[in-house]
Amino acid sequence: MIKVKDVSFSYQAGTEIIKDITLHFDQRSTAIIGQNGAGKTTFVKLLKGLLKPSSGDIIIGDSSVNETTPATLAKQIGLVFQNPNDQIFKRSVLEEVLFGPLNIGQNPELAKENALNALKMVGLENRLEVNPQDLSLSDKKLLCIASIIAMDTNIIILDEPTIAQDHLGKQKIKEIIQSLKEKQKLVMTIIHDMDFVAENFERTIVFQQGKAILDGSTREVFAESDILAAARVEPPSITQLGYWLGYKQVFLTEKELIETIKTDSKIAL
Amino acid sequence: MKKIVVENLKYRYPSTEKLALDDISFTINQGEFIGIIGQNSAGKSTLCQALVGLVPHFYQGAYGGKVIVDGIEVKQSSISELSLKVGIVFQNPFTQVTGSKLTVYEEIAFGLENMGLTRIEMLERIDSVLDLFDITAVKNRNPFDLSGGQMQRMAIASIVAMKPDVIVLDEPTSQLDPQGSEEVFRAIGELSNQGMTVVMVEHKIEKIAEYSDRVLLLHEGKCVDFASPADIFSRDDLHEYGVVAPVYTRVCQALKQKNIDKKTYPATLSEAVEVLRGKIHD
Ligand SMILES: Nc1ncnc2c1ncn2[C@@H]1O[C@H](COP(=O)(O)OP(=O)(O)OP(=O)(O)O)[C@@H](O)[C@H]1O
Ligand SMILES: Nc1ncnc2c1ncn2[C@@H]1O[C@H](COP(=O)(O)OP(=O)(O)OP(=O)(O)O)[C@@H](O)[C@H]1O
Ligand SMILES: [Mg+2]
Ligand SMILES: [Mg+2]
Repeated sequence: MIKVKDVSFSYQAGTEIIKDITLHFDQRSTAIIGQNGAGKTTFVKLLKGLLKPSSGDIIIGDSSVNETTPATLAKQIGLVFQNPNDQIFKRSVLEEVLFGPLNIGQNPELAKENALNALKMVGLENRLEVNPQDLSLSDKKLLCIASIIAMDTNIIILDEPTIAQDHLGKQKIKEIIQSLKEKQKLVMTIIHDMDFVAENFERTIVFQQGKAILDGSTREVFAESDILAAARVEPPSITQLGYWLGYKQVFLTEKELIETIKTDSKIAL
Repeated sequence: MKKIVVENLKYRYPSTEKLALDDISFTINQGEFIGIIGQNSAGKSTLCQALVGLVPHFYQGAYGGKVIVDGIEVKQSSISELSLKVGIVFQNPFTQVTGSKLTVYEEIAFGLENMGLTRIEMLERIDSVLDLFDITAVKNRNPFDLSGGQMQRMAIASIVAMKPDVIVLDEPTSQLDPQGSEEVFRAIGELSNQGMTVVMVEHKIEKIAEYSDRVLLLHEGKCVDFASPADIFSRDDLHEYGVVAPVYTRVCQALKQKNIDKKTYPATLSEAVEVLRGKIHD
């Protein structure tokens, strides 16, 4: 769905932030992980056309981002910003969520339906008239997610969706990602919560200093502990527990580890 | 030595109906590392604001009870007097940036300027926190051109540089990479070992379990429990408060393996490994 070819980017001449990245994205749900400042946010801003590559090309669908108008791109790809304050600009929750769908030309009835559905998914359906600035950080983040889902684009990028979320909030985001997957959408997520990565993404890409240094199924990636350490990432908690208990395999969920211990153990259960 | 005493604290924001803090009492000793947990809207940030005096001096509203920090009653004091004793790292690092400084370096210097430090002491402190939080490479950058995690590191660094007696951190590692987040916990843990009193709000439950001396569980503005991590995370009604135990605890619970005290379940990786290791065939 996206082809990134030899893309480089600098904010200021002389300091390359993205260094010759080539990546293809299909429908697999994909996590992007890696060190602070590695270039993850910059990379997705390039995909969304908010920044222009200094060299290389990005193809979305059939056309190059360089030759696509922002309006056309907006119909294909939605991005939830890392900092909600960079995204929110309307005076009510409902207006905020309606803006995107109307802006890409959905008719008013459909836009309203999509907006209300999206707000229901994040649990803000009873706060339509609230000023977004009065929401807590976690609710602002959920509002930003709803605004993008309402646009119903085929590609959805979430930049650190779980910031400030409690257990229930993470659960909501998990369900949203699941439902987007079921609708055959590409969900790409930048995230530092490795436990969440293990449970929710098929593919994981590790960024380090402007390069994608590791790319594979999430299980394969979490097996590469040395490369992960170099990229300042730790394996998920459950993977670490499995490792310290002497297992060679990479566990991604509690259930996997519990089942394995039950079959192996001397514990009478 | 009692560093923080909270007695029957009640607080309601202006033009709201519900109490954000509802009759909370506890004490914290000097040098303790206290974790605060609870679901969204539980009152964690509000409690942080009350410890540093932003409640009631900045956020007005209805206030009852007492908060005493290092012998000073917060309500009778002022934000500027309190800021010499207690520092706060806000939940959203964006809120912390002054907006008036052109570089990360100046941003960190700003908080130190009115503390009466010698110039050498000031420069030493800045260099040391830049290094501690791994932002030396971006020290000449405009704060608004930082990545999210770099900005959060700067926010923590600017408060730690002030070496307050008490430091309150509201989800300080939410945007940090995993090793960065571990390093912040370790650095703050080290400061607490040296006598700084630490109050940290976090959803990263595994880290809270590992680093906290005691954990305060908040729910709907009330203090449900204030006890050791093992005690808190072994409660079987945790889910009622919108909180889950660390994954290490959950695995041990599923396998019915308790600590040697036979009462609590392991809350940390090392405790879980200790309890489980002998019980698995090689
Ligand atoms: N507007 C800007 N001007 C100059 N440099 C910038 C700008 N925005 C980001 N940078 C720098 O580019 C690098 C990559 O930043 P980016 O925000 O892409 O990182 P990231 O991987 O998303 O990090 P984080 O995990 O902290 O969010 C960082 O060193 C950052 O300081
Ligand atoms: N400035 C404010 N004005 C009015 N009400 C507020 C304000 N800030 C917080 N509240 C309300 O006070 C209650 C406690 O909020 P608080 O921000 O302390 O929760 P929290 O535990 O920090 O939540 P989170 O995990 O989302 O950060 C909530 O009901 C919230 O809506
Ligand atoms: Mg980022
Ligand atoms: Mg809060």
